[in-house]
Amino acid sequence: MQPILRSLAAAALAGLLPSSAAEAAGEAEPLLRESWPHQGIFGTYDRRALQRGFQVYKEVCAACHGTKYLAFRNLAALGFSEEEVKAIAAEYTVIDGPNDQGEMFERPARPSDRKPSPYPNEQAARAANNGAYPPDLSLIVKARAGGENYLYSLLVGYEEPPAGVTVPDGMYYNKYFPGHFIAMPPILQPDGVTYADGTRATVGQQARDVTQFLAWLAEPKLEERKSTGIKVMLFLIVLTGLLYAYKRRIWADVH
Amino acid sequence: MASDAEPLVLKSPALRWIEYRLPLISFGYRHLVAYQTPRNLNYWWNFGSLAGICLMLQIVTGVVLAMHYTPHVAHAFDSVEHIMRDVNWGWLLRYAHANGASMFFIVVYIHIFRGLYYGSYKAPRELLWMLGVVILFLMMATAFMGYVLPWGQMSFWAATVITNLFSAVPLFGDAIVTWLWGGFSVDNPTLQRFFSLHYLLPFVIVGVVFLHLVALHTHGSNNPVGIDLTKKDKIPFHPYYTVKDLFGLAVFMIVFAALVFFAPNLLGHPDNYIPANPLVTPPHIVPEWYFLPFYAILRAITFDIFWIIPAKLGGVIAMFASIGVLFFLPWLDTSKVRSARYRPVYKIFFWLLVLDCFILGYVGANPPEGFLVTLGQIATLWYFVHFLVILPILGKLERPRPVPESLSTPVLGRGMAPAPAE
Amino acid sequence: MADATSTVQHGEGGKRRDFLELVTWSTVAVGTAAMVWPLIHQMNPSADVLALASTEVDLSKIPEGSAIKVMWRGKPVFVRHRTAQEIAEAEAVPLAELRDPEPDSARVKKPEWLIMVGVCTHLGCIPLGTAPGEPKGEYGGWFCPCHGSHYDTSGRIRKGPAPTNLPIPPYTFLSDTLVRIG
Repeated sequence: MQPILRSLAAAALAGLLPSSAAEAAGEAEPLLRESWPHQGIFGTYDRRALQRGFQVYKEVCAACHGTKYLAFRNLAALGFSEEEVKAIAAEYTVIDGPNDQGEMFERPARPSDRKPSPYPNEQAARAANNGAYPPDLSLIVKARAGGENYLYSLLVGYEEPPAGVTVPDGMYYNKYFPGHFIAMPPILQPDGVTYADGTRATVGQQARDVTQFLAWLAEPKLEERKSTGIKVMLFLIVLTGLLYAYKRRIWADVH
Repeated sequence: MASDAEPLVLKSPALRWIEYRLPLISFGYRHLVAYQTPRNLNYWWNFGSLAGICLMLQIVTGVVLAMHYTPHVAHAFDSVEHIMRDVNWGWLLRYAHANGASMFFIVVYIHIFRGLYYGSYKAPRELLWMLGVVILFLMMATAFMGYVLPWGQMSFWAATVITNLFSAVPLFGDAIVTWLWGGFSVDNPTLQRFFSLHYLLPFVIVGVVFLHLVALHTHGSNNPVGIDLTKKDKIPFHPYYTVKDLFGLAVFMIVFAALVFFAPNLLGHPDNYIPANPLVTPPHIVPEWYFLPFYAILRAITFDIFWIIPAKLGGVIAMFASIGVLFFLPWLDTSKVRSARYRPVYKIFFWLLVLDCFILGYVGANPPEGFLVTLGQIATLWYFVHFLVILPILGKLERPRPVPESLSTPVLGRGMAPAPAE
Repeated sequence: MADATSTVQHGEGGKRRDFLELVTWSTVAVGTAAMVWPLIHQMNPSADVLALASTEVDLSKIPEGSAIKVMWRGKPVFVRHRTAQEIAEAEAVPLAELRDPEPDSARVKKPEWLIMVGVCTHLGCIPLGTAPGEPKGEYGGWFCPCHGSHYDTSGRIRKGPAPTNLPIPPYTFLSDTLVRIG
């Protein structure tokens, strides 16, 4: 019966896995393949990269892109202290209310608040951006085939269009964007941000950092998941061994 | 050689008091402990009990997820992210439920192919098999509606595409689809009824599983040799198969845990992390992997059949027929021999059918372009030819190899030992 | 495990087999218990609920002698601006008369501000006496209409079935007119 298992596994791998949307998206450039510290069974997030990435997001991306699932309290996971989280939250105002007069009012955000989005709704976002909608970035790494590699490639993939290609007005040429014409300008500039830890803010560095921040935002429980997983796997392997031995004992007289 | 289980003796007067009025203990004892099971079942027989455990796992994780999920178009996606980010262990529960569905289908598909290989559908187990087909059908409905609940892009468009299948019904098609939606498109009423039914159907499945087990225990399990066994070739279910099933469960859990903890989104689709948007269809809609072969059959009918059935209706009929044909399998297969072990030609066709299903899966996963369209049509044709043409004829023409009288008597002249129990 | 198997084959079977059996079933039990924990813990307050556990109240809008209700953790909190007379009454009660003896000074940080969770300690109803015109009970504080518990101007139980005084939530004065509950 072994061949059944082997052929099932082989066919499952060959038939199902590579057929995801990456291929379906068509003629796109193969993505740049970076190595990420949170990859793999033992991978964890690099806290300093996450903090730098948050800075890039806050200073560059947040003008147009919301992160509606980011509550300020979540930033503690980036290694910020409670006081730092409060200070970051207080930089934003949120709408609260109604108060005793029945009116909504603004107040400084608290750690329990979610980060306010730059636009009140999709229509307002489109109106302000020439008809294009800057998507919410909370889940962007999980919502794109290629994940981190796609996002990183996109951020560093702006270039002059090939000869003969005319880029429509208000659009930019990006090697990795499906269709190549993207409404988002090449927003990352060398030294566009000043990192507190002295890291040189090249475009590639900023792209790497913000990608890692957004990967964390899409999957904040990744470290908890993997560390639980390792314990569970070790336990299950022991349990399987025990049950196998016990099963052999029980079955020893059936022959 | 193992003996019977010891007869049930209730020492406690309290238990005897209960047993006299509600004979649950002896019922459980008869069916889970003393139940006579063939001693030569191989590991392919583990997948039945595994499927039952999958069903339980799905119900348990599903019930707790429902404590945090909100079936409303404005809140569904948010509530799933709330589960993933804020609920204690919510990420584990959701990933276990989503991947549990995949594991459930893997297990059930193996269980089905085991039945096909060893002829477990043949007399007197026809109803047992047919109840199994009913379970498969209910599982598919449940899984489909469950996939809609996160209200991502794939959820929304899967719901749209699948409900639109019913528009192929002549005359009443549009009325049926409007009725299914509760409106003029997939929207909040659709989501709410899908949630209700997704919660209900698993318990219907439990009911059918119970009937499946009643039928199973009436004539007992089939076995790899495929002959009716006498008492001396049987052993009590406990401890032999309880322990063997537990061992199988542990191996299953390793695979399951690897998926949940280290690749929880491997079988999912990135587009389902984008909230549903009725104005934008994703460039390439694919169903979950376990529906891919059926999806390929649906798309294979690109032509009108006999000038009366339009292609759209033809595809829907073919898709439902691909499951429906399984109901008639016990009568389509005319061979008296159950196990493929003694049917050299059937064995070849069995593996061709397995290959065919993988080809259908591959075709279903990819855009219907060029060669794949033809390949899908050939594979669909083969699927139906296997059941409707080959099986009836093969039973008449094939010369089976000699079947042993019992597990302990070798087949005359061949000296072949029966398969060991492991 | 391999070791256990071979020893069994060498004869002293029974004991080793029992040991293997015990270890195996114990491990199964531990695994099952570990699987059950997430199913139980998921019902505890989630991270966003825990994060909302504080509320700020502006005291400048509450005139002397009146009270307001604010929501804190999904429950009402009574904030009462007590008059000098109410304070005097509360402080004058001998502790021996109380079912749940507690001096008024232990229940307030500033005597004019009484802040407490407005949930009757009997069976969880909301006592009357906060809004103007509501019955304040026989002791000038609060009265729970469900089963007739009377609380005094310090929110202590004086009469009726409730066993203990209305509980005091953790709070801090951020300024003279701003208090944070929780």
